[in-house]
Amino acid sequence: MGKKLLLEHINVEGIQSLEVYRKMGGYASVEKAIKTMTPDEVVEEVKKSGLRGRGGAGFPTGMKWSFIAKPQGVPRYLVCNADESEPGTFKDRYLMEKIPHSLIEGMITSSYALGANTSYIYIRGEYFYVSRILERAIAEAYAAGWLGKNILGSGYDLDLYVHVGAGAYICGEETALLESLEGKRGNPRIKPPFPAVKGLYGSPTVVNNVETIATVSHIVNMGGEEYAKIGIGRSTGTKLISAGGNINKPGVYEIELGVPVEEFIFSDEYCGGIPNGRKLKACVPGGSSVPILPAHLLLKTAKNESRLMSYESLSDGGFESGSMLGSGGFIVYDDRACIVRSTYNFSHFYRHESCGQCSPCREGTSWMEKILKEIEYGRGTMDDIDLLWDIQGNIEGKTICPLGDAAAWPVAAAIRHFRHEFEYHVKYPEKVKDIKHTPPPMPV
Amino acid sequence: MSSQNTQDKIAFSDEALQLVNSIIKRYPEGKQKSALIPVLHIAQAEFDGWLSPQTMDYVASLLKLKPIEVYEVATFYSMFNLKPAGKCILEVCKTVPCWLNGAEDLVAYLEKKLGIKTGETTADGMFTLRTVECLGSCGTAPMLQCGASYYENLTNEKADALIDKLRVENTRKNYTDII
Repeated sequence: MGKKLLLEHINVEGIQSLEVYRKMGGYASVEKAIKTMTPDEVVEEVKKSGLRGRGGAGFPTGMKWSFIAKPQGVPRYLVCNADESEPGTFKDRYLMEKIPHSLIEGMITSSYALGANTSYIYIRGEYFYVSRILERAIAEAYAAGWLGKNILGSGYDLDLYVHVGAGAYICGEETALLESLEGKRGNPRIKPPFPAVKGLYGSPTVVNNVETIATVSHIVNMGGEEYAKIGIGRSTGTKLISAGGNINKPGVYEIELGVPVEEFIFSDEYCGGIPNGRKLKACVPGGSSVPILPAHLLLKTAKNESRLMSYESLSDGGFESGSMLGSGGFIVYDDRACIVRSTYNFSHFYRHESCGQCSPCREGTSWMEKILKEIEYGRGTMDDIDLLWDIQGNIEGKTICPLGDAAAWPVAAAIRHFRHEFEYHVKYPEKVKDIKHTPPPMPV
Repeated sequence: MSSQNTQDKIAFSDEALQLVNSIIKRYPEGKQKSALIPVLHIAQAEFDGWLSPQTMDYVASLLKLKPIEVYEVATFYSMFNLKPAGKCILEVCKTVPCWLNGAEDLVAYLEKKLGIKTGETTADGMFTLRTVECLGSCGTAPMLQCGASYYENLTNEKADALIDKLRVENTRKNYTDII
């Protein structure tokens, strides 16, 4: 068993309540930080921990925090990104639903570090029922003096609110999230200025993912150096992985970064292998935006080393032969899955979720979906495959926010690793007429 | 709360109005526009499950916004209905992890059972069937959302039982319902 931090007490009866959460050592990080540390010392521990943003980008959290501007007389904000919408990802929902106080505690400790007196949790609208759970937890925390005026007699004040969205993947992008929190359409902002300088209401703001914030409490409790000993290399700590698709045991797993991918998929401690005696075909290891990998490149790198669940190992080989850890949305495909249909499905998603601001993304996602639909239903041509490749290349890197890249990469990776399936659809339209057609075997 | 005919009849219940005022207080003074999305959710639940132009104008006046500021937001987010829909909107997740676990079969089953196509509403106004993008329930696929509730690990039998239950309850399901 690897080290558990975030989910250590997940099965404790009543852990949703403040009383039980406290009994299990909850809110210790708030006491330690507020009573014995300066805000800068908290930031320093987070830097030492090597913690990287758990929302998907993997940017060092301590560094992000240190960028926050501190002009006199201007409020600062911490905003938690609970807009979890990356297909394949459901870890934040699990954490908030099962142990809501772990997020509240992290919000208090992190807000203290950043000097924020008002903080928000922006949660996707579909998680309305989870927002109720958080609100109940917040009310408990207020009643017990963990929130509000003069927390622990320190003179530090913090108000914490939950804000629900209304259905828009793009609001997971931090500047779109801030626009949405201001009551506008979720159109990402042009950067710079970054939120750390000009964020919510034009004030310095840090936006962090749920898991990132919940992890801060553990870093404060154990110290940054101790936290950095967990994991492997620059992938320090533990990570929540949302495992789904064709596996025996879908669910959220907390892994110590560095677990071999093969162990993660086949061990009974984690995914428990592929059901119904099927074979592992492919995997999208970090949420829909990251490149899909065929089984042989998933389990071993191009250098024939064992592939590990870490930021570095999953991206080893670049996009030619690697992928990304991303949000930890781990989608497994067995050998019945048609990669063209999967890619068409994703392209529909990105077309639907493009905010429409940048032409390459707005038009490109729509063209890609149309072409993929034609190919999937046996009406495509060989030229269409090249056209698809061309379009994705003309979206990537040409938009204000990363949604363009996120739409392009899955298409590029599917063609790169599974071109034979696209060609099969063009060559044998009769065989793909049924939406449940069997895909061709991988070429040896 | 079904008076949609004339603008002067549109008003939140006292309870909803109280909630709106408490939501506005979550944001700094002068930033009441931040309350727009939460208030639109309340409005949708209060006024028959959709946002009519009159409802949006009412929300605009309540938050001291121009009507266009409300329209442009209401049209951007997928959870706001700009047309009347069934009392129970069945939103089946169809994104890849659910697709890998039979979401297409579930949609086909529901279409057949309800006698409607995806996007349509049953003649009795009870059910609207939709497919939606990833709801963050990939480990419990296939699934659907109806109002505030997630119904997970669905089979045809479970879908039957759910539809029976909703028919018996015969109430509008809103995202804002407390479950």
